[in-house]
Order: sequence, then C-alpha cells, then structure tokens
Amino acid sequence: MGRKLLLEHLNKANINTMEGYLQNGGYRSVEKALKKMTPDEVTEEVKKSGLRGRGGAGFATGMKWSFLDRNSGKPRYLLCNADESEPGTFKDRLLMEKIPHLLIEGMIVSSYALGCRTSYIYIRGEYMFILRILEKAIAEAYAKGYLGENILGSGYSLDLHVHPGAGAYICGEETALIESLEGKRGNPRIKPPFPAIAGLWGCPTIVNNVESIAAVVPIINDGGDEYAKIGIGKSTGTKLISASGNINKPGVYEIEMGISVEEFIYSDEYCGGIKNNLELKACVPGGSSVPILPNHLLLKMSDGNPRLMTYESLSEGGFATGSMLGSGGFIVYDEKACIVRNTWNFARFYHHESCGQCSPCREGTGWMERVLHNIEYGHGKMEDIDLLWDIQRKIEGNTICPLGDAAAWPVAAAIRHFRHEFEYHVKYPNRVFDEDHVYQPEMKMQKV
Amino acid sequence: MTEVQKIEFSPEAMLEVSRIVSHYPQDKMKSALLPVLHIAQNEFGGWLSAETMDYVARLLHIHPIEVYEVATFYSMYNTKPVGKILIEVCQTGPCCLNGAEKIVSYIEKKLNIKVGETTKDNMFTLKTVECLGACGYAPMFQIGETFYEHLTEEKVDMILENLKQEKLKAINN
Repeated sequence: MGRKLLLEHLNKANINTMEGYLQNGGYRSVEKALKKMTPDEVTEEVKKSGLRGRGGAGFATGMKWSFLDRNSGKPRYLLCNADESEPGTFKDRLLMEKIPHLLIEGMIVSSYALGCRTSYIYIRGEYMFILRILEKAIAEAYAKGYLGENILGSGYSLDLHVHPGAGAYICGEETALIESLEGKRGNPRIKPPFPAIAGLWGCPTIVNNVESIAAVVPIINDGGDEYAKIGIGKSTGTKLISASGNINKPGVYEIEMGISVEEFIYSDEYCGGIKNNLELKACVPGGSSVPILPNHLLLKMSDGNPRLMTYESLSEGGFATGSMLGSGGFIVYDEKACIVRNTWNFARFYHHESCGQCSPCREGTGWMERVLHNIEYGHGKMEDIDLLWDIQRKIEGNTICPLGDAAAWPVAAAIRHFRHEFEYHVKYPNRVFDEDHVYQPEMKMQKV
Repeated sequence: MTEVQKIEFSPEAMLEVSRIVSHYPQDKMKSALLPVLHIAQNEFGGWLSAETMDYVARLLHIHPIEVYEVATFYSMYNTKPVGKILIEVCQTGPCCLNGAEKIVSYIEKKLNIKVGETTKDNMFTLKTVECLGACGYAPMFQIGETFYEHLTEEKVDMILENLKQEKLKAINN
C-alpha cells in the first residue's frame, strides 16, 4: 500500500464536517503556518517539496508563487481552479465532495503565503452540489475562526468565496477562468502580462488546481523535504489518478509517484485489470488532451524498462512514443474499443468547447470533427487521413491558449499509432461495426 | 399560450443575490453575473428569456448586451424554453466506452423525442452534454443539481418516473 497524503482519511466518519475533520488532525497546517512561519517560509517549503501543478501542465507550484508581483500596491488574489472538465478527470470532485475542509485548509495556508486578503474557488457550474458542500464547510471554518478577521489571533485575515462557472471547458485555462470570474465570456487572454502580474481585475493573481492546493497541507504539516522523499526525480509526492474506461475498478486512486503503469492497470489495489477478460489495447494516461498510446508503448519505455506513473516516464520518447501525465485522467481502452470513434468523440468535444477566438481552433476543430465523422460513418477517403494530419498540425501552436494543442494532439496520436484503423474504416465502410459500435473480430489489435 | 410571468426575483432569491454580490469588491458587481444568472434560470422556468436577461442587467447595473453575450457563451444557460425536467446525458469518451450512446437511444425511444427536443406534455427535455466529471461512474446523466450514475435502462425508468410524479404532485399542490 502506498502512502496517502490527501485521501488518508477519506472513509473516516464525518470527515466532511468540521468536527470530523478536526478529529483527524485537520487545520494543523493553519496553526503552524500562521503562528510559527512567515509567508516566505511557507513558500520555501512548497518549493522544497517539488510540488508540480496537478491541473495538467505540471509547472512547479512554488516557482509559480514566486512570480507573484508583491510590490504593486494592489490587492493580490489566489484563485483555486475547480473547473475540472478535462474528459477522464474527476479527482477534484471526490476531494471537494468528501473532504471539503482539506481544500479550505490549503486555501488558507496558500493565501497566507501569497498575502491575499480575499480568495476564490472557481468551480464548474455542473458541480453546483459540491459548491453547496464547500459553502457549508466555509461557514463552519468562519465559525471556528479559521476564516475572517484576525485568524487564530495571528493578525492575518482572509475571506474565501466559491464562484460557479456555467459549463465551459475553456474556463479551466487560467486567463479564461479570470475573465469568467469577472462576469465575462471565457475567452483566454493574450499573455504576457501573466496573471501573476495582472490577473483578476488587473491585480496580481495566482491560479492553482484543487489538488495542488490540497497538497500544500501535508507539505506544511510534515515539511517540504518529507514530501519530496516520495516519488522519483522531479515527480515528487502523491498524485490522484482518475481511472475510467474498460477496467474492472474505475475510480479515483491516490498513488505514490513512480509506481509502474502495469501495476496501476492490473493490480487489484488500483484498476483491477481489463473488464470482461479482454486485452488492453490503448490508454490515454492524462486526460483527453494527451496522446493516446497503444499497449506496447504504454507499458514499456524505449529502453525496454517499465513505464512509470511520473511526469518524466510518461512523456519519455516525446510524442513519437510517449504521452503525458497531464491531469491524471487515465482512460483505458480494451481490444474492442474503436480508436476512430473515440477520436471523433474527442474532436466533437473540442469543437464544442472552442471559445471561437482564434481561427485555427474555431475552424480547425469543427473541420476535424466533420472529417472524422465521415470516416467513422463510412464516407471517408484515404486522403482524409492526411488531411486530418494537416489540419491538426496547423492548429497546434497557432492559438492564444493551449486548447488548440489539446484538440490537435489526440488526433495526431491516433493517426500516428492507429493509422491502420483509419485505413480499415475507409477500405471497408460497411464492415467496421456491429450494432454495439465495437470492432469486428478480424480487426483486433496487434498483440504485444 | 404560455403563462405571462412577472420578471422579479422572490424575496429569498433577492437575499441570495445580495449575498453573492457581497463576495466581490463594490465596483466589481459584474462578477456576480454568472451566479445570478443561475438563480434567474431557477426562478423563471429553467431558461433565460430576453426579459429575464434585461432584468438581471438592471440588477447588476450593466448593459443588457453584457448579459446576452455571457448567456449565449456558457452551455448551462438555456436561451430557449425547456421542459420541467431537463435530462443532460454525458456523451464524452469515457461515458461512451460504457454505454452512454445506448442510454441516449433508450431515452429517445422511451420519451419518443430526439436529442434537443421536449415531450408534448412539456415534462421532459433531452440534451446531450460534454464531460461532467463522472467518467468512473459511467454512464450518467444530470438532472437539476443531481448526478445519476451507473445508469441502466431499469434505473432510467425508475428515476424518470419518480421525478415526473414529484413534479405532478408539486403542480397539483
């Protein structure tokens, strides 16, 4: 059993209430940070921990904090990104739904480190039921004196509010999130200036993912060095992985960074193997945006060693043979899953979610969706496959925000690794599916 | 003819609006727009008419166009009327691997409507939506603020029947 830092108390009685949370050692990091540490010392511990942003980009959290403009004379803001919308990702939801005080505790300590007087949790609108859980927990925190004026007599004051979105994947991009919090359409801003200089209402702002902020709690409790002892290389600590798809035990798992992908898929402690005794065909290891990998590339790196659940190992080989840890949205496909159909599904998603600001993304995502739809439904031509490749290449890197890349990568990876499936769809338009949209037996995956 | 509704928040909703507005600096009232539109949608029949949006604009001291552009951007705001019960089925990748498409066609057949349509009695509207963050508990749909997960045809029957009875009871009272 790996160590658990975030979900350790998940199944304890009343852990969602202030009382239950305190009984399990809750709010110790607030006592410690506000009474015994300076804000810079808190930041220093986070730097030492090696914590990297858990929302998907994996940027060092302590480093991000150090970019915050502390001399502008304007108020500074910490925004928690709880807009969890990356297909395959549902870890932040579990954390907020079951242990809301962990996020609140992390917000208090992080806001203290950054010198914020007011902070916001931006939560996706579909999670309205979780917003209500968080608001109840926040009210409990005010009542106990962990929020509000002069917290625990430390002289530090903080107000914390929850702000709902209204159904827009793009608002998980930090500048779109800020626009949305300002009451506008979620159109990402051109950077620079970065939010750390000019963010919410033009003030210095830090945006961090739910899981990153929650991780600050064990980092302050036990020290950054202790946190950094878990994991391998620059992938320190634990990571929440949302496992879904054709597996026996879908759900959210907290893993120590560095376990092997094979163990994660087949061990009964985690995914419990592929459903219905089928073979593993492919996997999207970090949310729908990251490249899909066929089984042989997924389980082993190019040097033949097992691939591990770390930022570095999952991206080993670049996009030619690797992928990304991303948000930890781990989607598993069995041998019957249709890669073309899945790629079309994701392309539809990105078309729907494109904000429409940049032409390559606005036009390209819809174009890819239509071409993929044609291939999937038996109206494809061989040259459509190259056309898709061409479109995705012209989206990638040519947009204001990373949604363009996120839309391009799944299409590129599917063609790179599963071109034969696209060709099969074109060659045998009537033979591809049975009524359940699964592959017919003669078109099974390549055996490892 | 639909019933003409006076566009004005109930005292409870008004209280909630003031609470939300207090979360932002005094000169940044516009920030309350998204949460206030959620309240408006709940108050006025599950959708945002032009009158409703104008009302929200007056309330927050912003131009109506600032409300329209937001209401048309975010997928949770309905700018057309919907049935009393709005079924939103997740249709993204992981849900599809676990039978979301079958659930959609089952509901279509059961209610005799297509995706995007409303039943004649104005009870149900069926919509497909993108990833709701329930990938591990697929297939699923959202109705109101509730996630219904691990759906089967039997479960769908039960959920929809129960909700319909609740609505009918509420109307009769």
